[in-house]
Amino acid sequence: MRITTFLLVAIVCAALTFLAARWIGNGYVFFAGYVVLQYIVLATAWNILGGYCGYVNFGVAAFFALGAYAAVAVGKLVPLPLPVMMLIGGVVSGVLGLAMGYLTLRLRGAFFSIATLAMAVVAQTLMVNWAFVGGSAGAYSIRPMKTPLLGIDYIQYLFLLMLGLSVLSVVTARLIERSRLGLGFASIRDDELAAEASGVPTLRLKLFATTLSGALMGMAGAPLPLYVTFLDPPSAFSLSYAVNTIAMPLIGGTGSWPGPVIGAVLIATLQQVATVTISSAVNLLIVGVVLVGFVVAAPNGILGLMRSGVPRERRGARRAVART
Amino acid sequence: MGLLGNAVISGLLLGGFYAAVSIGVSISFGMLDIVNIAHPAFIILGSYCAYIMNAWFGIDPILTSLVLIPAFYLLGTAIYQVYHLAFERRGDQSLRGLAFFFGLLFITEVVLVLVFGVDYRLVQAAYIGPSLHLGVIELPLRLLVPCVVSLGLIGLLQVFLSRSFIGRAILAVAQDQLALRLMAADPVRIKRIAFGISIATASVAGAILIIIQPVEPSLGREYIGRVFAICVLGGLGSFAGTVVAAMTIGIVESLTATFYGPSWSPAVAFGFLLLALAVRPAGVFGR
Amino acid sequence: MTELLDVSGLGKRFGGFVALEGIDLRVAAGERVGLIGPNGSGKSTLVNCLSGTLRHDSGRVRFDGRMLDGLAPHRRTRLGLARSFQLPRPFSSLTVGDNLRVPIEYAMRAHPHAASIDLAARCDELLGMVGLHGRARAHPPDLTQVEMRKLELARAMAAEPKLLIADEAMAGLSHAEVDDILALLLRLNDRGVTIIMIEHIMRAVMQFSQRLVVLVAGRKIADGDPAEVIRNPEVERAYLGE
Repeated sequence: MRITTFLLVAIVCAALTFLAARWIGNGYVFFAGYVVLQYIVLATAWNILGGYCGYVNFGVAAFFALGAYAAVAVGKLVPLPLPVMMLIGGVVSGVLGLAMGYLTLRLRGAFFSIATLAMAVVAQTLMVNWAFVGGSAGAYSIRPMKTPLLGIDYIQYLFLLMLGLSVLSVVTARLIERSRLGLGFASIRDDELAAEASGVPTLRLKLFATTLSGALMGMAGAPLPLYVTFLDPPSAFSLSYAVNTIAMPLIGGTGSWPGPVIGAVLIATLQQVATVTISSAVNLLIVGVVLVGFVVAAPNGILGLMRSGVPRERRGARRAVART
Repeated sequence: MGLLGNAVISGLLLGGFYAAVSIGVSISFGMLDIVNIAHPAFIILGSYCAYIMNAWFGIDPILTSLVLIPAFYLLGTAIYQVYHLAFERRGDQSLRGLAFFFGLLFITEVVLVLVFGVDYRLVQAAYIGPSLHLGVIELPLRLLVPCVVSLGLIGLLQVFLSRSFIGRAILAVAQDQLALRLMAADPVRIKRIAFGISIATASVAGAILIIIQPVEPSLGREYIGRVFAICVLGGLGSFAGTVVAAMTIGIVESLTATFYGPSWSPAVAFGFLLLALAVRPAGVFGR
Repeated sequence: MTELLDVSGLGKRFGGFVALEGIDLRVAAGERVGLIGPNGSGKSTLVNCLSGTLRHDSGRVRFDGRMLDGLAPHRRTRLGLARSFQLPRPFSSLTVGDNLRVPIEYAMRAHPHAASIDLAARCDELLGMVGLHGRARAHPPDLTQVEMRKLELARAMAAEPKLLIADEAMAGLSHAEVDDILALLLRLNDRGVTIIMIEHIMRAVMQFSQRLVVLVAGRKIADGDPAEVIRNPEVERAYLGE
């Protein structure tokens, strides 16, 4: 399927989703759906760096929250339309991704991952100490009742924006996958040393992936203040963002764009349903346990289980034995 | 003695404690090349164990930690067994190995939240509060005792590694697994023992942590950057280097806390981490 | 004779350990050079320094008139210096065909006729050249040892290098398989590729090399006609002991 066809199909699916939600008529559908869509973006963005390139970003919350805080900060200075805020969020987090990458990507992937985790703590510390955006007390955002131009409920507008961002993320992922860039990413993931020897400019590609991934996460974070109406560091930087975002592609499958989408829809929907019945802490515990379970037992995720009985990872055992 | 002097002294003592926190990672990452980012979570687990025994039975936290060493050791060997079967044997899939430990970190934290809630917990002991006065130098026992215990632990480990057979096998497996196998020692078993020891240190580190400061479940995350920065700066696998790096970070953090406020400590640790990573030669994949 | 590779005074230390010292090596275009030495003599370190995986501490490397010092490995590959790995390092989640696509897409960028490459045809050509006909859809974990070695060489060749460093491409293979790889390397040389062969299998080295270089404990102790070099008493001592 050519990419333009894919884009059209994606847009049509998105339009149908929106119309279906409106037809159901219940406002809750939009609130819950927003979260699911947000995670589709986060999971897809994470997977571009994680699944395609093999570099694990634990600081998801930082990229996401900084997009939100950028929106709060800019909003206090000059109120701009939300799509512009999303772009700003994207730029801020994209730059953060570039900086993090530049500092740590020359080294082993493990150091990059550790640095992202440490960076998330620092980012949270910075926001706690920045009174302009509310500091530890938090910041309030007034959510308008109706959308300025379209006249629909504001929550539907947020839903629509996130729908658009989801389409953008998924189409971007698909575009990368089938391109020369995706081939380069895969070679880095499989064997970075051999990739370099084959002429792949690994550092440049990794920096691109980190920047793009960060930017998408930042864009997903920008509408958050208006969605939650009250934003404070503990909730914005919650570790649950990282766990969910990482669990979703690992459970759905990291090799290709449907994986993060499947994982996101599955887990986010279950969580929305479950939070009503069980506490959010137990909720998260289950996600954590399922994550570990999948990582240990089904390395290729649901997609992998669907494709073949034997995960391809096992066949690497022969090479692994030869290594030792 | 002045603010500066006391800050430096506190920093040294704090650094001694940080060394205990990092020594486990020095073994698992420095010697076994296992990126166990969940190590701080096990330390917090150790803190809570010490807390329970102290709150219910009034038992000294350090005593608790020593008694629990075998339990933590077994936990470590169990985790390594899973890690080895799931990841090491399949070849380098560091993505999943990292996700595994991240999952463990997260699960531990959430379980602690479920059982204990998010409030800070602390312990009572005779040496929390009073200070030792040596002339003009003031040594808070709250910091001194953990530092002494920490250095003692590290000293013991150093002796074990250099004198005992298993210890030397561990040092060997860090350098050359094939040679070890040719000498009829099973590298997997050696690594399992080493990882078990690494987690066992978390028991003691946790006890002295809760002596120094109140503990809550998410505290582990603050330590990840610190711990790995110390290990990398100190030279992976070198105990002496780890101690020196730990004290350096301790002093810088103490000075920052005294003059700028304690909430900036994570930033100091992160700065050190970046420094540690920058010091390594560019363009070298692997260690 | 045009000098393709000019290494002078190359040195590399790891902490206190001197892996290479004062290495001088000149390779002319089209030459077949054999590089031998006992284990631990620094052969792999030399390859890594030439390919850019490691940074040398002293001396300089000139390739095709250009200074290579400080260039990243991927830049050197694009300039025409390719290496194969001692232990094959295939991209295991990609097909054999895609394994070749990576260097074709990335290393060929610098070539003048890059835009007009027919990917599929080039892949087939490379596979045919190494004897992996029709295996384009296979995955590396399914290949045999010798097939992996061939893929490794095909990948190094995919970028049409001027110089190929074949790092122990025959280690552990059977007599017939060694002949197979040897014939392949000779074919490549016929097409104009300069080759440095690093090997332990003396039979292959002697059959292949126009010139033989010997490395012992990080130093070059011999460099010249293969038959004379192996009669050199120092070389004998290095391999057989006092």
